[in-house]
Amino acid sequence: MIQFRSVSRRFGRADAVRDVSFHLRKGEFAFLTGPSGSGKTTILRLAHMQILPSEGEVRVSRFTSRRIRRREVPELRRRVGMVFQDFRLLETLSAAENVAFALECTGTPRRRIAPRVQKLLGQVGLAARARALPRELSGGEQQRVAIARALATDPLVLLADEPTGNLDERATAGVFELFRGINASGTSVLMATHDAELIRRHPGIRVIELEEGALVFDSAPGTEPAEGARA
Amino acid sequence: MRSLREALWGIRRAPLLSGLSIGAIGASLSIVGLFGLAAHNIDQALGRLESRVEIVAYLEEGTRDEVVELARTEVGSFPEVESVTHVTKVEALYRASRELTEFSDVFSDLEVNPLPASLEVALREGHRGPDDVAAVAERLRAYGFVEEVRYGQEWVDQVFDLRRVAAAGALALGAAFALGAALLIGIAVRMAVLARRREIAIMRTVGATDAWIRRPFLVEGLLTGVAGGLLALAFTRLAWAVADRTLFTLAWLPESWIAAGLVFAALLGTGAAARAVRREVRRVEAG
Repeated sequence: MIQFRSVSRRFGRADAVRDVSFHLRKGEFAFLTGPSGSGKTTILRLAHMQILPSEGEVRVSRFTSRRIRRREVPELRRRVGMVFQDFRLLETLSAAENVAFALECTGTPRRRIAPRVQKLLGQVGLAARARALPRELSGGEQQRVAIARALATDPLVLLADEPTGNLDERATAGVFELFRGINASGTSVLMATHDAELIRRHPGIRVIELEEGALVFDSAPGTEPAEGARA
Repeated sequence: MRSLREALWGIRRAPLLSGLSIGAIGASLSIVGLFGLAAHNIDQALGRLESRVEIVAYLEEGTRDEVVELARTEVGSFPEVESVTHVTKVEALYRASRELTEFSDVFSDLEVNPLPASLEVALREGHRGPDDVAAVAERLRAYGFVEEVRYGQEWVDQVFDLRRVAAAGALALGAAFALGAALLIGIAVRMAVLARRREIAIMRTVGATDAWIRRPFLVEGLLTGVAGGLLALAFTRLAWAVADRTLFTLAWLPESWIAAGLVFAALLGTGAAARAVRREVRRVEAG
């Protein structure tokens, strides 16, 4: 699903990511962890192809960073949902409108938007709060709206950048369970977090740890892509 | 529909800047319109003058009629020539006494007819420009019995020069104003992009295409351009009406010129917006 092959990314002279390789398979759930500045967000931005590697290759589904064209990026983004720590909702739109916005942007026919929004909000447990504005929602609820929006295009993989970073313990547990449910339905999840307690409470989940841009631990090292697998 | 709605929202959000952009395009095209009006009327005047362009070859005293007749047939076969008329000395004197009545006494007292015979050469339509006139005149001069050739070269050239000046003035001033208008539209679109940068970033994140993101801004540029074009058209029409009533009769611009002006305004607005939005959207994405 997502393959990193000897990926390095520099910003000026600084190495944000150094020689990172891992493979997140279809339907897999993994934590991406490490201290602040270790390169977690850069890894997610690379997987979302917001930035391209300085060296190495990132492959996401059938797309490769070596050959992707600008006009192909939107198609990739529809297969890779993204959730942020600060939710990034549009403040003037209701929960339902925020989700509908993603559907409109990606060309969903108008008549199919309303039922789809209703279904997505139901999936994240917010059907009753559809008309609420973001400021009327709790942090956990806002993150659920953001997740519903990220799921709007039926992505194959969900990238989450510290999605529980702004949430209290109870909301964190709720949002995390939501991710588990999404993963159970077949969507891969790569969740960046520095919440050691969250990781500790879920020992069965793969952990990829970064430090100063380098991969220092992978609890599933045997999942390295085999040589010759590159398309 | 969404593009139009959002474009109108963009214009309402920054009415001063949008108004300035429309005004700048309007000013730019008004200049082009006024000079165009001048050029068109000069063109029309030239057309009328050209139909009267005639070359007169004055013949040497004593040139025999059969020689003149031979030359008349030969000149009449030039591709540029429509007709050749032989005006004899007697006919020349008769015309002069009829047309210049104030000198009728002088003409009647003459003992010797001082007026030369001539060949009057009229040119075909499409061959009445300065180059063709000069070429035919040159060929007439080559006849040994032709003493002098006249065709009012100076004023024909001057009218053509005036038209060239009008066209060049329209282009130069119009281009300068158009550049200013394009810059203003660029600023308006940049501000609209900045005001919506959060929205655009989300669009990019969820997989909206470049075309989807840019379209409302392009429509905003198009609307600004067309509004500027219509403003220029209204101003030029007003100027035409005032001049036509108070100064002299003027022809209004051909419809094809008006259509071309509006298309140019639309392209100017859209082009300026396209350039700005391309750069700004990428900046939003990078930032």
